[in-house]
Amino acid sequence: MALVETVIDGIKIKAERDRWALDVAREMGISIPTLCHHPALEPYGACRLCVVEVTKGERTWLTTSCDLPIREGLKIKTDTPAVIESRKMTLELLWARAPQAEYIQKLAREYGVEKPRFGVCDDLGKCILCGLCVRVCSELVGASAISFTNRGVERKITTPFNASSDSCIGCNACAVVCPTGHILSTDIGLVRHMETWKTELDMVRCQVCGRAYIPAKEFEHIQSKLGEQMALGKICPLCRRSQTAGRLEAASTGTKTELTKIPALFEI
Amino acid sequence: MIKSIEELAEKRSSAKSEFYPKRVRISVGMGTCGLANGAGDVFEGIRDEVQKQGLDFVVRQVGCIGFCQMEPIVDVLAPRLPRVFYHHMSPERGRELVSGISEGNFCTKWALARLDQDKLLVELDRPLDGKLNGLASVPTFEQLPFYKDQVKIALRNCGFIDPHDIEEYLAAGGYSALSKVLMEMGPEQIIDTIEKAGLRGRGGGGFVTGKKWRVCRQAPGYPKYIICNGDEGDPGAFMDRSIMESNPYVILEGMTIGAYAIGAEQGYIYVRLEYPLAVENLRSAIKQAREYGLLGESILGTGFGFDVQVSRGAGAFVCGEETALIASLAGYAGEPRTRNVYPAEKGLFGRPTVINNVETWANVPVIINKDWKWFAEIGNDKSKGTKVFSVVGKVRNTGLVEVPMGITLRRIIYDICGGILNERKFKGVQTGGPSGGCLPESVLDLPVDFDRLTEAGSIMGSGGMIVMDDRICVVEVARYFMEFLTRESCGKCTACREGLRQILEVLERITSGKGVPEDIELLEELCLYVRDNSLCGLGKTAANPVLSTLRYFRQEYMAHIEQQKCPAGVCRELTTFRIAPEKCKACGKCIKVCGVEAITGKKKVPHLISEDKCIQCGACREVCPFDAVITV
Repeated sequence: MALVETVIDGIKIKAERDRWALDVAREMGISIPTLCHHPALEPYGACRLCVVEVTKGERTWLTTSCDLPIREGLKIKTDTPAVIESRKMTLELLWARAPQAEYIQKLAREYGVEKPRFGVCDDLGKCILCGLCVRVCSELVGASAISFTNRGVERKITTPFNASSDSCIGCNACAVVCPTGHILSTDIGLVRHMETWKTELDMVRCQVCGRAYIPAKEFEHIQSKLGEQMALGKICPLCRRSQTAGRLEAASTGTKTELTKIPALFEI
Repeated sequence: MIKSIEELAEKRSSAKSEFYPKRVRISVGMGTCGLANGAGDVFEGIRDEVQKQGLDFVVRQVGCIGFCQMEPIVDVLAPRLPRVFYHHMSPERGRELVSGISEGNFCTKWALARLDQDKLLVELDRPLDGKLNGLASVPTFEQLPFYKDQVKIALRNCGFIDPHDIEEYLAAGGYSALSKVLMEMGPEQIIDTIEKAGLRGRGGGGFVTGKKWRVCRQAPGYPKYIICNGDEGDPGAFMDRSIMESNPYVILEGMTIGAYAIGAEQGYIYVRLEYPLAVENLRSAIKQAREYGLLGESILGTGFGFDVQVSRGAGAFVCGEETALIASLAGYAGEPRTRNVYPAEKGLFGRPTVINNVETWANVPVIINKDWKWFAEIGNDKSKGTKVFSVVGKVRNTGLVEVPMGITLRRIIYDICGGILNERKFKGVQTGGPSGGCLPESVLDLPVDFDRLTEAGSIMGSGGMIVMDDRICVVEVARYFMEFLTRESCGKCTACREGLRQILEVLERITSGKGVPEDIELLEELCLYVRDNSLCGLGKTAANPVLSTLRYFRQEYMAHIEQQKCPAGVCRELTTFRIAPEKCKACGKCIKVCGVEAITGKKKVPHLISEDKCIQCGACREVCPFDAVITV
């Protein structure tokens, strides 16, 4: 990959052409807030929090750094008054949109916003429509169980027809990436309740400890991705860990323990 | 199937003799605008009358010549006589016209204009006798104020040829540019020509077309794609529809030339859902072009292959934005992405893609035919050629106006379009659709081009022009456009989705009389934020209606807030109508039109509006012939 020269916050650096400015800046130790960005996903550019000021030739403009490819001669500033003002307004608007989201309020206060000047709207809960859940579900998990519906100010995230989803595998990836904690999921007995998506999933017990640890659909989903050659053992992460530890111990001491009789993660 | 360029030339000369036959040819303007005004019935009336009388006339369906006010329009082309256009036709008038022609008398009653030489609009000369057969009293097109200053490049042939017959396009010089390109020009030379001509994108952005093509040609990646953006979504803009309906071949020819220049083999025309006739005409044009060997695997036997497919939008305004269009075309939701990498490098299916607007493509064949110098002489310093405007609203002549760039707004509105309707006062003109700005009287002498409109706080956009008189409230107009854009925003980015919602909320507060002085500042702050931080062109320009009205009509905002008055008498909560007794002639028109019986009065006694009953609809003011209904 070709190296290009660029200036970030006054520091001249060489970086690979077409890497994202956000990644390069963060590696330099510059902190840039983001809400819709996740390193495992394609850049999206929706939350507008990662804006930076870019100068190329005579033109200076604000743009999101998460989807800005580094090119020769770009001058990037991450903390000009325009950038700070922009982030302030973004956070103020998001506060008004999702007044229950404590994380947004915390961020907004860091930028000096005490209270939104706008009428608040409380129909989305903590959701700020960053789309991380939608993208992780389609790009990474491959289930595409949730999506955006409606357009513009009516936009929201839900399952098809707002109904219980057949495609949801209950993997909780959406809940993990959600920056505001909007997505709720609780395991009760042998059932995982994806409350936000109105979906309930039967779970599988660990063959070792007997704890329900994974929705059956997620288990099948992973198994189908692994293929027939690698049959997945029904063992929970905790037991798997102690099993591995036991094997390591056995290998180092040369003694055979009971632990080796525990089914392996893969039954090959 | 035409297998060589020589064969095409032969085909053209035979088509030419068909186009100017030895018999009378009657054409009915049947674009959507004509059809909406009853052109279908007119066509049937004329055709039936011709059949009934057993006349050897040709009756054709053509597109529209852009004079909306005058629809339905019919024209008559008789051998060796000027082509005569008739306006406001009805089936009865059509039958009368046919009878007249069959007896040798050209009726002049509904004649709009005559065309002595087709040079003005069609690239064709035609032998005339010099006799006018009683048509001397009919003005020529050059004498009509509406057409006098127009220069037709993109709209040439529109309304003159049958959009379902490729031979008519050939007769009018069609595909000569493609022949020229295939015979004597290399891809680089084509791009040079387009770049030197100074052609800039007609869809709104105004990016230099040649430059875009060059980037795409040089970009690595295969295959490459050509897209025609026919998702004309601005309310009040309809030039692209007119071209797609009236002359679909010119788009195909332009795209084929573009494909040859950048090395593409597949093209797409993305047409908005609301244009069924455009889709129909484009599809029939593509079918014919394939049959004639002008699209397909080896065009004119040269080995160069290119094909085009029509794709329909689903009715979203944002899909006019090129990255959203590309997403929609590829089967995803029509949402834009950041243009830090241009579609010319990474577009449809991640491949280099040239995307141009309908009007831009329609300019390409002429530039190739006439050379860049000819084109670069039209227009002004940085904006070359012509631009089609669709002028609507409170002007006398509404329709499509194609004028050289750099002409002033005043000339378009007053000279070409005949000024403001009902002798009212001009207040503002919204250029560039909902993303444009509202410009006041003081900038009417502004030359209309890409850069100067932007400097004035508006945009060229696709060329919509909505003219407003003094009975329009600019704050309400701004609110209306914000409502439109809030609904049409895709909602992907925070700036546009949340920013527009709050702007709309503030404007609603002001127009309903609940505004406070701080609202102006808040509005400005929000607008600048949305402009600078939105992801795509929709958001970046969405605040223009508010920013421009704040710039030019700030006192009107203040009147709403401080005096609690809507000076134009539009915002209901801020308007009280009264009848000025000295002006009222007690004609009773207002009493009849009032829907809530709020007006009382007798003969010879000035009428009275009851404030309790009045709902401020303004109907009485509209009908009063004496301007006696006033706002207080």
